[in-house]
Amino acid sequence: MICDKDFYWKLFKSTFLISAFTVGGGFVIVPLLKAKFVDEYHWLDDKETLTMVSVAQSAPGVVAVNSAIIMGYKMAGMSGAFCATLATVLPPLIILTIVSYFYSFFATNHYVQLVLKGMQCGATALILQVMYDLLKKQWKKRVAFPIVITIGTFLANYFFNFNMMYIVLVDALIGLFLLQDKKYD
Amino acid sequence: MIYWLLFCSFCWVGVFCVGGGYASVPLIQHQVIELHHWLTMPEFLDVFAISQMTPGPIGINAATFVGTKIAGLGGAIVATLGFVTPSFIIMIGLAKLLTKYGDVGAIRGILNGLRPAVIGLIASAGVMFFTLAIWNTQKIPNSLASTDLSGLLVLTLAFIAVKKKIFGVIQTLIAAGILNLALAFIIK
Repeated sequence: MICDKDFYWKLFKSTFLISAFTVGGGFVIVPLLKAKFVDEYHWLDDKETLTMVSVAQSAPGVVAVNSAIIMGYKMAGMSGAFCATLATVLPPLIILTIVSYFYSFFATNHYVQLVLKGMQCGATALILQVMYDLLKKQWKKRVAFPIVITIGTFLANYFFNFNMMYIVLVDALIGLFLLQDKKYD
Repeated sequence: MIYWLLFCSFCWVGVFCVGGGYASVPLIQHQVIELHHWLTMPEFLDVFAISQMTPGPIGINAATFVGTKIAGLGGAIVATLGFVTPSFIIMIGLAKLLTKYGDVGAIRGILNGLRPAVIGLIASAGVMFFTLAIWNTQKIPNSLASTDLSGLLVLTLAFIAVKKKIFGVIQTLIAAGILNLALAFIIK
């Protein structure tokens, strides 16, 4: 990969805009970064992205920021990490600084709410597309264990509200004891 | 000095905030309300209301909000910096370890367990966001009475646009925002 000025500008711009337009925060930004870096720019592949997100998820801090740091680092070392982090953090910093002065206007303005709601729907469409794509690829591999983990994690998180930390820990232990074989890569 | 204090407070939150998203909330509450009395409880609840409808992770939003409240723009920057610094150090360290030991049997096993888990978490976020966008609730509702039809239309069109690769990520977000606003005028 060529890490010239053009690359850094693209990395900064795309991360900045995704962070700026993604309402709801947290885990939501991850599928969008994936859609951009993997599906649109082909800077990373599915497997390494999922690996990095799983590390980002298990480490302390915010998943969105952690993911940006490790993806940026993977693509372009320290400067990539700085670039992606700055681009993730700046939009909420700018927007919230402004909003904190105009809170009541922002909270009650009907048109602002409509645009935000629309963006939320757009983000949802993108997440569903990434989710569909990943599930389809996983299903095609026809390896039972990972599919069971995916379903189990989904059920535990969505329907049973288990603490994310315990879910991830259990999955890591299952992996440690059962999935060391290369066919699970 | 207030800047240093803010930086350290949010550094502490950054180090102990494990489990993502809302895990940071009680930690921030402890630092900001109980320990330093920077905000009152109602003000703190406002941070959530705002975080729900503005972009960005709740931790960063809270850091910015508290920082602004206490020491203006400088405070916001310092608090955010404090929150991100531990993440930065830890993630770079983990990235290095990953390149070095990613192929070792045990680590490979753990990662093989975690990758499908991430797909499950993305699916969970997908379903949660879907019900939130259409029915304004995080769980699947009992009746379809409160279905937001214009939201459903925007979502469907956005999905088709993404699927057929008509729009990229950012165009989709902007177009969906504008479309929802336009729909409100048309329907009215």
